[in-house]
Order: sequence, then structure tokens, then C-alpha cells
Amino acid sequence: MADEATRKAVSQIPLLKAHAGPRDRALWPQRLKEEYQALIRFVEQNKAADNDWFRLESNADGTRWTGTCWFIHELLRYEFRLEFDIPVTYPDTAPEVAVPELDGKTAKMYRGGKICLTDHFAPLWARNAPRFGLAHLMALGLGPWLAVEIPDLISKGLVVHKGQQREAAE
Amino acid sequence: MTTVEELKLRVRELENELIKCKQKQCAMEDALHRPKIDKMSAEVVDSNPYSRLMALKRMGIVDDYEKIRTFTVAVVGVGGVGSVTAEMLTRCGIGKLLLFDYDKVELANMNRLFFQPHQAGLSKVEAAEHTLRNINPDVSFETHNYNITTMENFTHFMDRISHGGLEEGTPVDLILSCVDNFEARMAINTACNELGQIWMESGVSENAVSGHIQLIIPGETACFACAPPLVVAANIDEKTLKREGVCAASLPTTMGVVAGILVQNVLKYLLKFGTVSHYLGYNAMQDFFPTMAMKANPQCNDRYCRRQQEEYKKKEAERPKVEVVVEEEVVVHEDNEWGIELVSEVTDAELKAATGTVPDLPEGITVAYTIPAENTASGDMVEETEQSLEDLMAQMRKL
Repeated sequence: MADEATRKAVSQIPLLKAHAGPRDRALWPQRLKEEYQALIRFVEQNKAADNDWFRLESNADGTRWTGTCWFIHELLRYEFRLEFDIPVTYPDTAPEVAVPELDGKTAKMYRGGKICLTDHFAPLWARNAPRFGLAHLMALGLGPWLAVEIPDLISKGLVVHKGQQREAAE
Repeated sequence: MTTVEELKLRVRELENELIKCKQKQCAMEDALHRPKIDKMSAEVVDSNPYSRLMALKRMGIVDDYEKIRTFTVAVVGVGGVGSVTAEMLTRCGIGKLLLFDYDKVELANMNRLFFQPHQAGLSKVEAAEHTLRNINPDVSFETHNYNITTMENFTHFMDRISHGGLEEGTPVDLILSCVDNFEARMAINTACNELGQIWMESGVSENAVSGHIQLIIPGETACFACAPPLVVAANIDEKTLKREGVCAASLPTTMGVVAGILVQNVLKYLLKFGTVSHYLGYNAMQDFFPTMAMKANPQCNDRYCRRQQEEYKKKEAERPKVEVVVEEEVVVHEDNEWGIELVSEVTDAELKAATGTVPDLPEGITVAYTIPAENTASGDMVEETEQSLEDLMAQMRKL
């Protein structure tokens, strides 16, 4: 389902221990700490591999996450805002990641800009719950989606580089 | 300059439009004019909206049809299946309907039933309530325009399920899941296991050619977390299924069929006639309707499901053993003994290996995926840390 590089990156993300969702008042803060630990490790690894591609942060109780992700295509950097809520059934079900500014531009998206993952993602997540966390969601969900969709959207002219947009306007 | 001819034409256009508007308004007023009916009558006259339903009593199908007015049903997801489900229940004269949906009506929904183009932009629950009230003013409606899977909304959802009955403060009689995603189904499952609330799940496959309905009685029949999702085998080679560039297809036919078998099961369950199906599938390609029943899994991941199973066992033990209606052979999954190992999926061969054996299910029904008995995810676990959550959040921001 994923290429060799993704698999390698995923295998280096630490697995999570606390089986707790946001409704579990006692254990959720522990889970949240583990989420941050795994995310920090993943971002550091990406940086070391010269493949830094996203940032995420949450509200204080960790139920709403926002951030940015970017994609380099032909030496140009395309950046997008991303957001998602932690569902009450997390970590048994994965959050639905949304890239709102791409809403309506691709059919591989549900309303509100929620990305449409491949058929392999849900089984993979289910088999690895609760050890997979948000870092895995980024690596196995959003990453491969961007890699397929963004070049396609650029080639169709639906995504235009901000610099080029300015040039065109001038 | 505008010529007289052009102006005449324009006047005619506007006159036509006015006539259309008047007709529309009349139709709306007529609908609004029907006064509420206190008691369902069995009288067969043109003006009685319930005569054909009450005829079910005379024909000996249903003992007490009027009882339908005492029931409250919550419909979660008012899309292709949910909207038609709500319309059927409204026409049947249900007591109260609670509608939950966070979405808006879009023109892309027009390949399905119920909603109309002029409703585009309205919230689905608002548009549905308006139409349904016109169809049958005897029904009470309560609508909630939000996503039930987020923390705050979920708490409110639980509260309305346990207190939103016809008589405020009483629980609803039945919840119908007509949602289109796994998260929402799991959220409903979680709520129902905690509350001991009976519900029915429904679904249509993303390729639009199969669907199913399932009755879930917490503690007794398999809950949504007891096994991987049960789906109808479509007998389509995955390789020939083109997914490029689309997420989901949908057909008004399949959705109408699924809404129909769902509401049929609801009526049978509420009004106590016929046999209530535990699982009924619909394979549109071969026109095949597989059925089955599945008991709750003692190893279910949901601890409230396990607790409900304990309760159910106690109740069963206390019940005097007299009538044992032999049900169709039940498939029990004591444990995941079809021991599947997790293999990283890269190639087709590996994918096949990871698919493993499927539990013993009747012909035509399968699981959406299989899960290994042991969680075999390997690798480093997160380490213990002295850092506080605030420290970690700050560290993440600084990266």
C-alpha cells in the first residue's frame, strides 16, 4: 500500500501505549503526551532525512488539531492548511483529515475538504489500533494522498504556486 | 432600445413565472392546511391519510397499528438512505423523529431521492423537517445540525438519545444509523453500548451495488465493534474495479431498496409482526439477499459491550426456560481463531497473505477486512518521559 520510503519512515515512528480516547479523562492526557512524543520524533526524522513536510498543533485538550503541510513539486513549495477533530471513538477509528482549501478541486475528497483515503487505510489502522497515532495518520494517510493528488492538481492548473499567481496578476 | 415586441415577451415570461409561484404557494398552503389528527381512523375515505395503514389491522397483519404514534425514532445521517427512511416513517405516522446530520443539501445529491434542487444550501435536517412536516403534521420533529463524533456534540447526542422521547425525559425507542462513514457508526455504537440502546445499522457500499441492514441489541447480538464490518460480497474482482479519481458512487435505486428494508425491519420490530431480521444484505449485481444472525463477541474491544453481555447473561439465566424459538444457525466468534498474521502490505502476494481466512459466514456475506488475533505491530514504543504535556506542546511548536 505504501512505497519503501514511507514504510521505512513509518517503522521509525514510535508506537503508542495508552489506549485512551478524549472521553477518557484519566488516561487521555497520557495518550496526548505520547501523541506529541511520536509527532516530535517523526518531524525530527523527516528533518534529518531532508523531507520535512508538515507541522501540527492542538488546542489545550488535544481534541482539535490544526497545522500546515507542504509539498515540493518541480522545486516549488506548495503549502496547505490542514485540520481535524479527534473523534470520540479515537484511537479505534482514525480522525478524518481535512485540507479545506482543496475542497471542490478533487474528487478524492469528501465534503468540507476531508481527504478520501485508499481502501487499504482503514484495515491497516484497525489492525494496528491503538498503537498507531497521529504521526502514523500523517505518514500513511495524508502523505501518500498529497503525493498522488498535488502533482495531478498542479498539472490540471487547479493548484497554482503562490509566487506564480502573483506574477500572473502583475 | 427595447422594442414593444420584446417587452410583450418579457411580460408574458413574468406572467408565467407568477402563475408558477402561485401554484407553488397554493400547494404549500394546501399541505399546511391539513389539521392535525388526534386519533388514527380506519375509515376508508379519500380524506383519511391513515386508512390504508389501518387496513393492516383488518387484514390481520398488525395487531395495533395506532401504537406507531407512541414511538420515537432517531435517524442519524439524513442522506440518500436516511432521508428516505425519515420520509417512510413520517408517512407511516411515527410519533416523533429526531434527525441528526451536519451536512448541507448540494446539487451533487440530486441523483438520490427526497431532496430537491431548490433546497441546495439548506442544512439537510432543516430541509428535511420542512418537507416532512408538510407531508404529515402529526409527527413531532427534533433536528440537530452537527457532527456527532466530536466531544461536545457526542455528549449532547447521548443526552438526546436518552431523553428525547415523545414524552420529554424518556429515551428514544430506536436509533437508525444511516451514516456513510466508519467513525460515525462507531460513535453510535459507543453511545448505544453505554446506554443499552437498541439500534439498527444500514449501509450502502461505495460502489453502489450492495447494501445491508443490521439489528444491534447491546449484549445480545454482535455490536459494531464485535467484528470487522460485515459487508455483502459483491463478487466483483477488485482489480477490475476502477477507483481512479472518485471516492464513492451512489444510486437512488440501491439507496431506496436499503431504506425500504430498513424501515420494514423497523415496522416489524416496533409493531411486532413478521420476523425481525438481524442482518439482511442486498447484492444488486446478482439480486441476492443473504441473511444471518451473529451473537455478541465476548472478547469485544468495547468494554460497555462486554458489560451489556454480562447483563444479558444474567437476565437470560433468570428467565424461566419455556419457549426456545429455534433461530437460524448463529455464527459465534469466541475468539479470533482464524489466526491471521499481520504482513506489511506491499505486493499483491503480501496483500493476499494479510487478507487471511475469513470467519465462517453464510454465502454472500463477508468482513470488510480481517484483524489478527494478536496485535502484531512491531517496533519501538514511545518512551517514558519526564516532560509535561505543556513542554511537549512547546517543543513541537519550536520545531
